[in-house]
Amino acid sequence: MAVVKKRGMQTVEFRNPPVIASWSSTVGIKEAAGPWGQEFDWVMPDYLLGEKTWEQAESKMMQQTVLNALGKQGLIASDAELLLAGDLLNQIISSNFAARELSIPFLGLYGACSTMAQSMLLGSMLIDGDYFKRVVAAAGSHHYSAERQYRVPVEQGVQPALCSQWTASAAGAVVLQDAGDGPRVTSATVGRVIDLNQKDAANMGAAMAPAFVDTLCIHLADMGRSPDDYDLILSGDLGSVGMELAGEMLVKRGWPEVGFVDCGVMLYQGQTDVNAGGSGCGCSAAILCGPLLKRVAAGEYGRVLLISTGALMSPTSSWQGESIPAVAHAVAIEKP
Amino acid sequence: METTGQEMLKAAEQAEYDHLVQKVMPKPPYVKHALAAFAVGGAICVIGQLFFNWMQSMGMTIQNANAMTAVIMIFLGALFTGLGLYDKLGTFAGAGSIVPITGFANVIVASAIEFKKEGYIFGVGAKIFSIAGPTLLFGFTAAVVVGLIKFLLIL
Amino acid sequence: MDYLMAFIIGGLLCVIGQLVMDFTSYKITPGHILVGYITAGTLLSGLGLYQYLVDWGGAGATIPLSGFGHSLAQGVLQGVDEKGFLGVFSGGVEAAAAGITAAIVFGYFAALSFNPRS
Repeated sequence: MAVVKKRGMQTVEFRNPPVIASWSSTVGIKEAAGPWGQEFDWVMPDYLLGEKTWEQAESKMMQQTVLNALGKQGLIASDAELLLAGDLLNQIISSNFAARELSIPFLGLYGACSTMAQSMLLGSMLIDGDYFKRVVAAAGSHHYSAERQYRVPVEQGVQPALCSQWTASAAGAVVLQDAGDGPRVTSATVGRVIDLNQKDAANMGAAMAPAFVDTLCIHLADMGRSPDDYDLILSGDLGSVGMELAGEMLVKRGWPEVGFVDCGVMLYQGQTDVNAGGSGCGCSAAILCGPLLKRVAAGEYGRVLLISTGALMSPTSSWQGESIPAVAHAVAIEKP
Repeated sequence: METTGQEMLKAAEQAEYDHLVQKVMPKPPYVKHALAAFAVGGAICVIGQLFFNWMQSMGMTIQNANAMTAVIMIFLGALFTGLGLYDKLGTFAGAGSIVPITGFANVIVASAIEFKKEGYIFGVGAKIFSIAGPTLLFGFTAAVVVGLIKFLLIL
Repeated sequence: MDYLMAFIIGGLLCVIGQLVMDFTSYKITPGHILVGYITAGTLLSGLGLYQYLVDWGGAGATIPLSGFGHSLAQGVLQGVDEKGFLGVFSGGVEAAAAGITAAIVFGYFAALSFNPRS
């Protein structure tokens, strides 16, 4: 008889929780200058990596991060059965091109800045469903390729708004397996797309905070848990403005005491030119694959919940005056 | 069209959230921004005045001296953009470096060099007008309107 | 004296742009500011008002993009005087030709010589 793994409305609980057997993170110089600089595996020496364009550099960063993650177990690309990856660029070219070089069977994902949780969630389902034994989930973003696509040319002199966020040049990759040692993905919640009619593309925190709150509350309800059941709740790049908004909304939802930290705020703590904090697929990916998994693996945290949030607008939709829909996916990770 | 209860509830939720966003959103430092714009914008105009006076002292008519000054200022804006300095000035000065004609040169050059990788025709050639295009379009249209009115008045 | 006036008038014109951007948050971008200034300058000059600002502020009024609109308007007015209906179309661009050509050509040369920096 089939085992029901679905919990409540939107959550799955894994019967054989997939193991995060190895992981790797990559950041740029600016990200390495933050408080977590020592925790990342590879600090890129510059933003071009010897390539001609920022897009090529982003792809190379993604490719290298996947190889680094596999390499920690002494594995090579052909040992992976499936690659799930996404990024911010149009038609997710950095992931597509990285997959071309890696030659791992590939499913491209788009979830904007929520991609890391999205890829882990799907990878875990595919492993727990016995379809694959080793899946690599990855996400990355590059500040300069994202700027030119979403905002203005790099050399144009503009004053960024205080609520704006700095797209991180960073990537993270995890190797999910059906067996091995390491932290385990125990449950995951697929988020709904939430839109409270926010239209300011410079204020993505405001667009994403409701999605974070929605997914968090649904995850807790579906699992019958309270925030205290987690040693740490991490939001993926809401920024300081989005964090404050989410805090206020949680009070209204009846969770006044929920403590959570934000990957976007953490990554650049102490740097003022990023305004509200970091963003981009690579932001929560690097925090997860840098400081977080290390601490979960060491048993410092027993159970953590990562909720990566993504703003799902495009430059076209912004010009056409559309509001910004947002999504958030949650993955619960427990110590070995 | 009749609004259903659900739509009204949704509108109320959005309005409530908007209110919260307005409350939480950090306000720009209006005074600091205005002072920076004033100082930098004023200084750029003083540099312009310097060139204008120089051109005039060399015997140019006011109209030609103005045009020559514009050319020089555009050159300087383009140069400092290429050197990677104008965007740093813009972060500090805001409109102080956008409103002067050097800011016009900045948006043109920034777009042009950014899209060099896409080639010289569809990259540089097309994108060079991404902000300059609308500016010239509305400038020309306004000028034609002014000209037409004048033409009709003197008929 | 003309330097002081250029500083004050030029500075004030920039402050207006800054206040418009700061008080409208994301709705008004630098692109809107440039379009707004050139259009406003052209129309005010057509009404004969911008000339006062130029008399007063010199480069403080001609260097802001509204001053570029002023040259367009003055050119078109002169063109209509000299060529009649044809001047409606040729006058503006004739007066602004040097600036426009400089902007495009310098932009192209800058693209040839420089790369965006990180």
